[in-house]
Amino acid sequence: MNIIVCVKQVIDPEAPPSIFKIDAATNKAEMRGVPPVIDPYGEFAIEAALKVKEAKGGKITVISLGAKLSREVVKKPLAMGADELILLDDEAYIDGDSWSTATALAAAIRKNGEYDLILCGREASDTNAGQTGPGIAEILGLPCVTLARKIDVADGSARVERVTSDGYDVIEVSTPAIITISNEIGEPRYPTIKGIMTAKKIEPVIWKPADISIDASKVGAAGNRTRVNKLFQPVYEGKCEFAEGDSAEEAAANLALKMREAKIL
Amino acid sequence: MAENKGIAVYCEVKDDKMLPIAAEGLGIGRKLADELGQELAAVLVGSNIGNLAQQAIAHGADRAYVVDDTLLKDYQADAYVNVMEKVIGQIAPQVLIMGQNDCGRDLAPRLAFRLGVAVTMDCVDLAIDPASKRLLQTKPVYGGNAQAVFTSETNPQMVTIRTKAMTALEPDASRKGEITSIAADLQASDIRTRILDKVVEEVAGIKIEDAEVVVAGGRGIGSGEGFQQLEELAKMLKGAVGASRPPCDNNWVPDTIQVGLTGKIIAPELYFAIAISGSSQHMSGCSGSKTIVAINKDAEANIFRQARFGVVGDWKKVLPAFNEKVKELLAS
Ligand SMILES: Cc1cc2nc3c(=O)[nH]c(=O)nc-3n(C[C@H](O)[C@H](O)[C@H](O)COP(=O)(O)OP(=O)(O)OC[C@H]3O[C@@H](n4cnc5c(N)ncnc54)[C@H](O)[C@@H]3O)c2cc1C
Repeated sequence: MNIIVCVKQVIDPEAPPSIFKIDAATNKAEMRGVPPVIDPYGEFAIEAALKVKEAKGGKITVISLGAKLSREVVKKPLAMGADELILLDDEAYIDGDSWSTATALAAAIRKNGEYDLILCGREASDTNAGQTGPGIAEILGLPCVTLARKIDVADGSARVERVTSDGYDVIEVSTPAIITISNEIGEPRYPTIKGIMTAKKIEPVIWKPADISIDASKVGAAGNRTRVNKLFQPVYEGKCEFAEGDSAEEAAANLALKMREAKIL
Repeated sequence: MAENKGIAVYCEVKDDKMLPIAAEGLGIGRKLADELGQELAAVLVGSNIGNLAQQAIAHGADRAYVVDDTLLKDYQADAYVNVMEKVIGQIAPQVLIMGQNDCGRDLAPRLAFRLGVAVTMDCVDLAIDPASKRLLQTKPVYGGNAQAVFTSETNPQMVTIRTKAMTALEPDASRKGEITSIAADLQASDIRTRILDKVVEEVAGIKIEDAEVVVAGGRGIGSGEGFQQLEELAKMLKGAVGASRPPCDNNWVPDTIQVGLTGKIIAPELYFAIAISGSSQHMSGCSGSKTIVAINKDAEANIFRQARFGVVGDWKKVLPAFNEKVKELLAS
């Protein structure tokens, strides 16, 4: 069983919103003073891959795309138990939209060779788009099931539970296939000490655009089919009115009174 | 690129009804079409849906395209992507609007890549740029910490819209429009997936999407039992219980009541956020609420930036007393 997982490095999406800043000059976002992380839904995808590997055996190859990727960050999937790491790490890849990113990832997957499953997170925490998985599926001509909460692999097919707004669907899909993973798959495991030691010894393979036989004009910003015209932080007006009291109970009663006064209760 | 014209809206059908998100798509679609002086087309795909085209026209469409085939009874990406590729090829619209929901999340990106374009997912605002006449597509990014305005470099300019972000028109049954049927041309072998089961997790009482009052709890509630006190308040106010993601991930409550970017997007009259920090991803699902009331032991919690009323304290002490007082006020 050859499993490919696409994961990226992002600014920490769970850092407090108060330290989120946009640099107006570069239109880039940052979490002031907090290091980058592996995208959380990508981590759920790694967890899904590890579960499949436990059940069926096989090899997990992780692919990350970006520029000047922090080795410490992108090696986390290896520490969790993945086997190989391919980095599409080059200035040429930056500022790509979902079109150019999926194009580069698909080219890398092709070059890497045989696969049974390709897993991605349901959406990245920065773009909140959820296009990379389905996009790769179209480029490679594969079937795709999104928002998985459970995967059972059999010979030539997989049975996937897909999250819906009122429960889930059980879908059988022929393999090779692309599956995008939702958080219902279960908490990603922590890297073990042994995992961290193993990860240290694994050298990532680095592919520039030429290595995946793709013209530099097709990747990163050069390959985009959408353009960002503006990036801004919405402002929230209004002020919170705090109910107070000598005890929690009194504050609670005051809250109810304030709400009654405002005709909300 | 030059010959693409008009606005098309994919009108999702479920259980023989056009979904509200379709009417919302037609509402904004109508506005954009009028601004451009172009036509608005509705696209309906399914099985046995002939009579729904008139509904789309009543909601603002100038014409409707219907693909009706037994192979389209349930949504399956392979079938729907093939059919939509054919229909959009035929209509060649300048703009294609779909819904950001179970189906749109899956179908829109597949279709976009099939058509050779990228789609802007989860738009909360759409407008025409006066100079270029291109579509300005505003969508939250970074989990809601920021918003970005996108334009497409290719046609059709494709977007999905967030539920309840756009306004539907009052249906006008007297509106007339042309209805065109298009053959699906599908083979069963085109479809590489099979639906084995559809599991619906029933919730007792009012559905969270329909509730005017939602009492939501977060990680700080600590257990499934804790949620019973939230239930009590919800019952008193004829509302529903909701949650941030951690209580769902910990199985204290069903996944279907998760509020947020990757859960339900709701806009009740009154939203209680109890022991919820107010992450941007959570707020994405509830910031449209008329009034937010927060109970949190951390005075610096982000939730207080968007709450109208708040109490700083331990919910275990605050909530029982609050419930008591509410009971008393409701009785008087
Ligand atoms: C791409 C992406 C999508 C996501 N989608 C969603 C989504 O749809 N919905 C969602 O909710 N999250 C989502 N998340 C997760 C999100 O980032 C946060 O992790 C999550 O919302 C935090 O939930 P919380 O506020 O309950 O927990 P925490 O952030 O841990 O906050 C708990 C709060 O409880 C308070 N507290 C603790 N004990 C008590 C007590 N006894 N009395 C009073 N207060 C107490 C604490 O002060 C704290 O403020 C998403 C994340 C990503 C990256």
